[in-house]
Amino acid sequence: MASIAVAAACVWTATAEAKTLVYCSEGSPEGFNPALYTAGTTFDAGSRQIFNRLVEFERGTTNIVAALAESWDVSNDGLAYTFKLRKGVKFHSTDGFTPSRDFNADDVIFSFNRQLKADHPFHTTSGGTYEYFTGMGMPDLLESIEKLDDHTVRFNLAKPEAPFIANMGMDFASIHSAEYAQAMQDAGTPEKLDLNPVGTGPFQLVAYQKDAVIRYKAHPDYWAGKAKIENLIFAITPDPSVRYQKLRAGECHVMPYPNPADLEAMSKDPEINLLEQEGLNVGYLAFNTNKEPFTDKKVRQALNYAINKQAIIDVVFQGAGKVAKNPIPPTIWSYNEATQDYPYDPEKAKAMLAEAGVTNLKTDIWAMPVQRPYNPNARRMAELIQADWAKVGVDAEIVTFEWGEYLKRSKEGEHQTLLLGWTGDNGDPDNFLYVLLSCDAADGSNRARWCYKPFDDLLREAKQISDPAERTKLYQQAQLIFKEEAPWVTIAHSVVFKPVRKEVVDFKIDPFGGHVFYGVDLQ
Amino acid sequence: MLRFLIARLSLLVPTFIGVTVIAFAFIRLIPGDPIEILVGERGISPERHAQFLQQLGLDRPLWEQYLNFLGGVLQGDLGKSVVTKQPVLSEFFTLFPATVELSLCAIILAVALGLPAGIVAGVKRGSIFDHGVMTVSLTGYSMPIFWWGLLLIIFFSGILGWTPVSGRINLLYFFEATTGFMLIDSLLSGQEGAFLSALHHLVLPTIVLATIPMAVIARQTRSAMLEVLSEDYVRTARAKGLPPWRVVGLHALRNALIPVVTVIGLQVGVLLAGAILTETIFSWPGIGKWMVDSIFRRDYPSVQGGLLLIAAIIMIVNLLVDLLYGLINPRIRHTS
Repeated sequence: MASIAVAAACVWTATAEAKTLVYCSEGSPEGFNPALYTAGTTFDAGSRQIFNRLVEFERGTTNIVAALAESWDVSNDGLAYTFKLRKGVKFHSTDGFTPSRDFNADDVIFSFNRQLKADHPFHTTSGGTYEYFTGMGMPDLLESIEKLDDHTVRFNLAKPEAPFIANMGMDFASIHSAEYAQAMQDAGTPEKLDLNPVGTGPFQLVAYQKDAVIRYKAHPDYWAGKAKIENLIFAITPDPSVRYQKLRAGECHVMPYPNPADLEAMSKDPEINLLEQEGLNVGYLAFNTNKEPFTDKKVRQALNYAINKQAIIDVVFQGAGKVAKNPIPPTIWSYNEATQDYPYDPEKAKAMLAEAGVTNLKTDIWAMPVQRPYNPNARRMAELIQADWAKVGVDAEIVTFEWGEYLKRSKEGEHQTLLLGWTGDNGDPDNFLYVLLSCDAADGSNRARWCYKPFDDLLREAKQISDPAERTKLYQQAQLIFKEEAPWVTIAHSVVFKPVRKEVVDFKIDPFGGHVFYGVDLQ
Repeated sequence: MLRFLIARLSLLVPTFIGVTVIAFAFIRLIPGDPIEILVGERGISPERHAQFLQQLGLDRPLWEQYLNFLGGVLQGDLGKSVVTKQPVLSEFFTLFPATVELSLCAIILAVALGLPAGIVAGVKRGSIFDHGVMTVSLTGYSMPIFWWGLLLIIFFSGILGWTPVSGRINLLYFFEATTGFMLIDSLLSGQEGAFLSALHHLVLPTIVLATIPMAVIARQTRSAMLEVLSEDYVRTARAKGLPPWRVVGLHALRNALIPVVTVIGLQVGVLLAGAILTETIFSWPGIGKWMVDSIFRRDYPSVQGGLLLIAAIIMIVNLLVDLLYGLINPRIRHTS
């Protein structure tokens, strides 16, 4: 796949008059079919440019809007979702494939059944692991998908699941051409479906050279209108300092993930607009609530009082973060403004620990070995927490492991306290609260191993209701319970910075951390 | 010479088998689970994890995994990457030409500058030139590549605007990769200015990658020259009244070259190690960057396959160097 020229006949129109936007991306995609992979870099290169989904997130927000489905209905029992599909949507024409028909229900059924059904002819093609689809619980949730007519499909669920519609906007739910799949199958090259992708999206792939460059051109018949930029180039540039130099030299227009140390210079550069937005993430310290003394709510609360979070934001995030008081970021609906955070009060912490009968507490703090948006330097964060806790008489040892090992051991609950975080997938509060704090996840992604029935009941109830106002009430109540029970110290939500050159018009930061170039223009 | 060649070749077989064991064991000795890394914070259920292991063949006993690997190697199949699901061999050879191109340019530059500098420094021992060469080469040898690369980019590309920041060619040129070597492909493309653009993009990465080998070659050449110049036969040549260029260029240099050739051969490993950093800084799509990414992701097939191929290449280069000794110094081939 490394060096494919999808459309050899396609003439590269990088002439002076054709608008060409260069994006200095941070790495190579794992591939182009978003259903097969999990990395944001892959989604940037695949789903966000080449494909569409039934519903999508309005650019720059977490709001769900119609895309390949014009509208949808939910049955009263919450078990059936019926989508009315958009008509006249064209797939890309490439060197090896010319579509004979427009997008229809067969494409939807193909795209989901490939991931759902083990006996589907394409299920095992290209390795056939659908980790996002599986991770979001879709195999247990989806009972069947029915074609009611060419432009109507119904998804039958095994249980009511309010976040389902948000899941349909996620990258793994991208729609592929069933006709193209059949053509590749007939030609004896089914894997080409994933290597040389054909979608309905605003850009079509022209060529990819691994670790070097990805080239796209605007889809001339895009259903929402042709993109304003004619050519889109991803210049793969792994080092952030080099990306910045390229941006300054005009070799690219947009770059992701700047070095925090470069931000000041970027903000002063007359050629660069430094955009910023709060990230859809949370960084936290989880107490292992199965281990003494963290089974005691009072101890957890005391250690919350003992941490100076503002100092962490200043030192670790260098200002590019905000103190978190809830387990969900403020950009997600149902965020509870009324939650009262634990202020930094070492004296109170000491008194509470004494009250709980805890003296000379020895514990550990697990610090991740990798940099993440929600925690740019876990080791430094752990050191600050260690120093804060020492002031209240808690002796904490910092522990770290290789990343895979860290995830595995913490899932098995070997830690006493650990640093970790989460970046949202679909903008639904359930995607934070249920994944990270429910009883179901208590031996997996719920690293606090915290199972508290009153809290869990609220989450379960909210899953069954489709009315957002009702759900908001439940989630807000859940956030208050969470704060009172203190299974975590909520530490920070990061602020995402995106430097773009002055000539770039209407680029919006994607709350999910992606890069969407449809709608962007060049002056 | 034939016996010499056979002796050398027969050594390759056990070495190669040893290398397969090391390549296989290396990535497994580092803690870490490729599946956990792949799924990240999301996590994976134990059943799914087991299923994944089975799909990748990692649930088998180690000896069986090794035999499968070895069996594959003998049939030219290095398996598929856990991450991209693409054959390791094709990924390697797509990226390899970029590394070869850069390394060749770097070694040519290193020899072209390092060798004469070392010769002159040796001949004019104690002169300002000698001190200059030794100081510069010591600095070059101690230079952290990453820092050096960034410094050059900031100065020549950022401030002066003389060179492009990174990449292999201006992105406005677009043609099919025929050979994978950008200099050749750009010439074949017939597009005006493409070759010059490719050449222009090679300047900084070549300088950065050549810095350490250049320093090593200059120092090695100097010390070899000093040793040879004090030999009796050189004194005799001088006493015969031969012109100095003949004494140095023919009599001394030929013997001084033996350790230098060894060092140049050893630089292949240095170049591949340096390529990891150079390729990352200059967004150069070669195997160095690919290997590092594969190690971080615990992509077992890519790491073991990549290591094996790199080791095989180094073995072949070392074999060629051995043969070259034989040509330079007949005593070596006769005693073998």
